[in-house]
Amino acid sequence: MDRIMFGDNQFFGVNHMSEEKARAQAVRFKETSSIVKVLRDAYEAGIRTFMCTTHDQIGDVVDEIERRGDFDGFVYYPGMPYAHKYANAVSELGVMETVKQYAPGGMMEMLVKGARSAMRKDVEQLMSMLVDAEMKRFAKADTPVIFLQNVITDLLLGLKMHDLFKDFADHVKSHYGAEAGFFSMNMPMLVPVLEKVGIERPIVCCNYNKIGFRMSGGIEAYDHALETTSVRCVAMSVLASGAIPPEEAIRWICERPRIESIVFGASSRGNIQQTVSLINQYTQA
Amino acid sequence: MARIGIIGVGKMGLSHLAIFGAHPDVEIVGIVEPQSFVASAVKSQTGIETYKNHERLIDETRPDAIVVATPSVTHVEVASYALEHDVQVFVEKPLTLSSADSWRLSQLAVSRGLANQVGYHNRFIGTFQEVARLVQAGAVGQVYHVDGKASGPVVTKPKTGFTWRSKKSEGGGCLHDYASHVVDLMNFVVGPPKSVVGARLHNIYSKDVEDAVYALFDYAGGFSGQLETNWSDETHRKMSTTIAVYGSHGKILADRQELQVFLKKGASFEQYPEGWTTRYITDLQAPVSYYLRGEEYSAQVDAFVEAVDKRNPHPQNSFESAYATDWTIDRIIERDKAGR
Repeated sequence: MDRIMFGDNQFFGVNHMSEEKARAQAVRFKETSSIVKVLRDAYEAGIRTFMCTTHDQIGDVVDEIERRGDFDGFVYYPGMPYAHKYANAVSELGVMETVKQYAPGGMMEMLVKGARSAMRKDVEQLMSMLVDAEMKRFAKADTPVIFLQNVITDLLLGLKMHDLFKDFADHVKSHYGAEAGFFSMNMPMLVPVLEKVGIERPIVCCNYNKIGFRMSGGIEAYDHALETTSVRCVAMSVLASGAIPPEEAIRWICERPRIESIVFGASSRGNIQQTVSLINQYTQA
Repeated sequence: MARIGIIGVGKMGLSHLAIFGAHPDVEIVGIVEPQSFVASAVKSQTGIETYKNHERLIDETRPDAIVVATPSVTHVEVASYALEHDVQVFVEKPLTLSSADSWRLSQLAVSRGLANQVGYHNRFIGTFQEVARLVQAGAVGQVYHVDGKASGPVVTKPKTGFTWRSKKSEGGGCLHDYASHVVDLMNFVVGPPKSVVGARLHNIYSKDVEDAVYALFDYAGGFSGQLETNWSDETHRKMSTTIAVYGSHGKILADRQELQVFLKKGASFEQYPEGWTTRYITDLQAPVSYYLRGEEYSAQVDAFVEAVDKRNPHPQNSFESAYATDWTIDRIIERDKAGR
């Protein structure tokens, strides 16, 4: 995995500090071309990995980058699913109707059977179909790591449906030649579970910042997991949504050599370049 | 170790099953879920036993507590049965669809000395807790107006009607779903109103239920309140809740992430100077041991588990405080009818 990856929260109206900023960003990035322009700035700053949610607009972004043809070596780490779409649908339609609406053909038959009972392989098959539906948008793209979003990872973790982590990893390996990654807000709790179900050197993307924001169990537990498990950790929210000044935040994260990668999002060329050069500077130091 | 059963494993029940399941001091003794695909998926993946109904679960497992996450119309029956069998209860909001039922449940729980809590999770959000603290400490002086809003994209086109949320008779609609959260938040900050001056329930896309609720409140303290909720607003990615409090010394604006305080000249308060101060959730929210959808969901579960352990009948978000919310909702319905 690359040392530095580019995230996508800024493009899709996500800001953990300010709903007003999130709204302004949603307006700015309404057009696909304005997203691609920022991705080009990231590319020119040396970034080759784009970690992106399977948001509705992402297919257009992938197509546009393909059409331009000047993003040599650019890879995508899709994170799925775009959970709010499903959460809102579940409120309106219920669990079963949501599955029917979003799952591709063949699902109905399975659900009729499933109306009686759900065996392990049914749940596994349902998961595979939903993954395939989400991956359609990336048909032309290089996706070496495919991530499960934290809402789903952490839900399965809490429900103790741990075998599904292995099913997910096996499916993305066999169908996309990809490694599985897991977003989580509970890294120290998750990693031993992933190791136990047989996922070797699991890739986990989690908040990692100096103030411990959204690091369940606390910084010490995270540092301990980093040192004592086989986790390959991608740090996100290093600046804690802007609560920590960039230089201080990046110096702190780079003091942890077991952190393999850092993902960040930014909208301006200047901020992208500054963050990249800070990471490079403190990685070498 | 608290032994807990989950009644209803839909959208909220699934979330509770995960959060209670991840709690180190909780054992899940069983679930009740009529949709067999969901129930059998839980059973085949986790080994948790499923029961046909809440009576069976309670009679056969004798839990310390249950979580009621069934359609709102069934809350009163399930919660009553549990309390009568000495089982402590967490109920998803709203507590019931009638303030008379809510009052009765509240009295039953208190008289039996059982923990009772309702899922108004806004009271566990750091920014809103700070608003309540500041207002009650008099930081903005004499309050003259409070304004609560919630918007989100639940019903954004005509048709549908697949779940109980779109059926009035089962407690569906924006009033019991979105507005109840805002009424409860306003109650948390300034206490319940003495009357509802006017109210309007709007159908935008739904046939059987309202999609938006607007209301004006009067408070015993001589100030006013305004409620504005709309679940057909797709300009928001998810439910967005805000509160504003106006007082003689300044005002406070807050949402889930951000707290903005303005204090007039000479009215500084604790660490809040004159003029604007902005604080973020990053420094206002206490961390939790397991995170699923927001710290507040885990924090309310932690609080309930503690209340169960101590058999505390007066926790945060008790049935009694949820009764005050249901009372206001009943008055909103009355005013809407009276005005038509």
